[in-house]
Amino acid sequence: MSAARDTWSKPPFIANPVLRWAVYLGAIAYFGWVGLTMPIDWNRVAEGIVRAGRIFGGAFPPSFERSGLLIDGFLESLKIAVLATAGGVLLSIPIAFMSARNVAPLPIFYLGRAIIIIARSFHPVIVAILFVKAVGFGPFAGVLTLIVYSIGFVAKMLAERIEEIDFGQVEAMRAAGAPYLSTLVYAIFPQIMPRQIGLTIYQLDSNLRASAVVGIVGAGGIGATLANAFGRYDYDFALAITIVIVGAILLSEAVSGAIRKRIQ
Amino acid sequence: MLKITDLVKRYGSGDPVLKNLDLTIEGESVVSIIGSSGAGKSTLLRCINRLVEPTSGSINLNGTELTSLRGKNLRAARRKIGMVFQSFNLVDRLTVMENVQSGRLGYISTWAAVTRRYPKKDIRRAFELMERVGIAHYANTRADQLSGGERQRVGVVRALMQDPDILLADEPTASLDPKTSEQIMGLLRDLAGELKLPVVINIHNVTEAKEYTDRIVGMRYGRIIFDDKPAQLDQAAMDEIYAGSPHADRTDDMAAAS
Repeated sequence: MSAARDTWSKPPFIANPVLRWAVYLGAIAYFGWVGLTMPIDWNRVAEGIVRAGRIFGGAFPPSFERSGLLIDGFLESLKIAVLATAGGVLLSIPIAFMSARNVAPLPIFYLGRAIIIIARSFHPVIVAILFVKAVGFGPFAGVLTLIVYSIGFVAKMLAERIEEIDFGQVEAMRAAGAPYLSTLVYAIFPQIMPRQIGLTIYQLDSNLRASAVVGIVGAGGIGATLANAFGRYDYDFALAITIVIVGAILLSEAVSGAIRKRIQ
Repeated sequence: MLKITDLVKRYGSGDPVLKNLDLTIEGESVVSIIGSSGAGKSTLLRCINRLVEPTSGSINLNGTELTSLRGKNLRAARRKIGMVFQSFNLVDRLTVMENVQSGRLGYISTWAAVTRRYPKKDIRRAFELMERVGIAHYANTRADQLSGGERQRVGVVRALMQDPDILLADEPTASLDPKTSEQIMGLLRDLAGELKLPVVINIHNVTEAKEYTDRIVGMRYGRIIFDDKPAQLDQAAMDEIYAGSPHADRTDDMAAAS
């Protein structure tokens, strides 16, 4: 019997040394090439700093003079977020059941997954641009956008929860001869309910945040107010709006966190 | 009467789990099925209520051929077959009463089920049965608050709520401590007598099988190799049931076939 070895080194991430060095050198070369070929004009950076200074100079002190406009915009954002959350979550439930492999037949499963993938593949701003073109400026486009956004997230997370359920409870209902819908209501809903409530609250929070962004491209709410303020060089008003958005998001985050902690 | 003829179950393309199995259960007897893990006990029980799809053969319960049923007819047949599970399979977040009433889901409309408007006679029956097994005071308690023995009592009452013609119990005591386990076995035996109900119990505990059941069926790798009164189960029969390994049995099969 030979002596035990006393040296050991962790096997490399990529076993083939040629491939390993090719990957490392390739990555370094690509970054070098990107750095050299991206047109960065240092003059414009310098001017930009000056301009940024002017914007911030103009923004202080923030102006709450037109608080009526600000409150209207904010309330509209809240309405958009609430409506979109309600619509999005309601639509997400059937889509989630369609997209859960353990309860949906294969063709339905593919259809459900396809809906989720489409809803997830575009950033809300792009969806908002489409809806603003389709139904015109204003909050309705915002609601539609955020419904799509909500489906992409809530249906996906809910479908994953459905796939994790204790299937024994479903078997027990089946063994008793329960029809399909009764089985869903008794064996599956109780198991996914806490997650469902948590996701809804999270999504409301998230929609409120996103409603400010999609407003900038014309989908209503406080985002639209913010875009207008920037357009008119009212930087002090814009800062006031930003402060309100940050405050509202902090508040909603605290509230939703507290509620989600309660319902486990 | 439950009559199983020439039942075969094969998962995928492998060796069958049940090999041309015949079994008849008459009257209100309590029958236990013993055998080592992988012998096909669970598969056999689940073929009866079609939680597992039999590959071929016939299962006939009181004149109804179960293997060919679909949809509505299958659900109607399942209502008459109660099942008790090893892991209870209660809905943890619902109350004991809701769990008990879930045994009636095959009889009531989905709307009545969703709104919890259970028929009066079902509620009366539920309280009677819960009283009988000693869990009536838990009617409004969430199922996950109960101990193992209490949970299995809920499981038994749920199955009995179906007004079944036969009760299947798939290792009903395997998740319980020895004392609770005996209580549940005693309960199953007594209820079978009171309700004139045949009961088939998969069980690992041979002592309990001998004490609480009228007939023992011994399975080994998809076949029934013992079927008699508990008193006839001697050491030789025990060795026969529990000896060997699936691999060895498979090899023997091949040798016999060639």
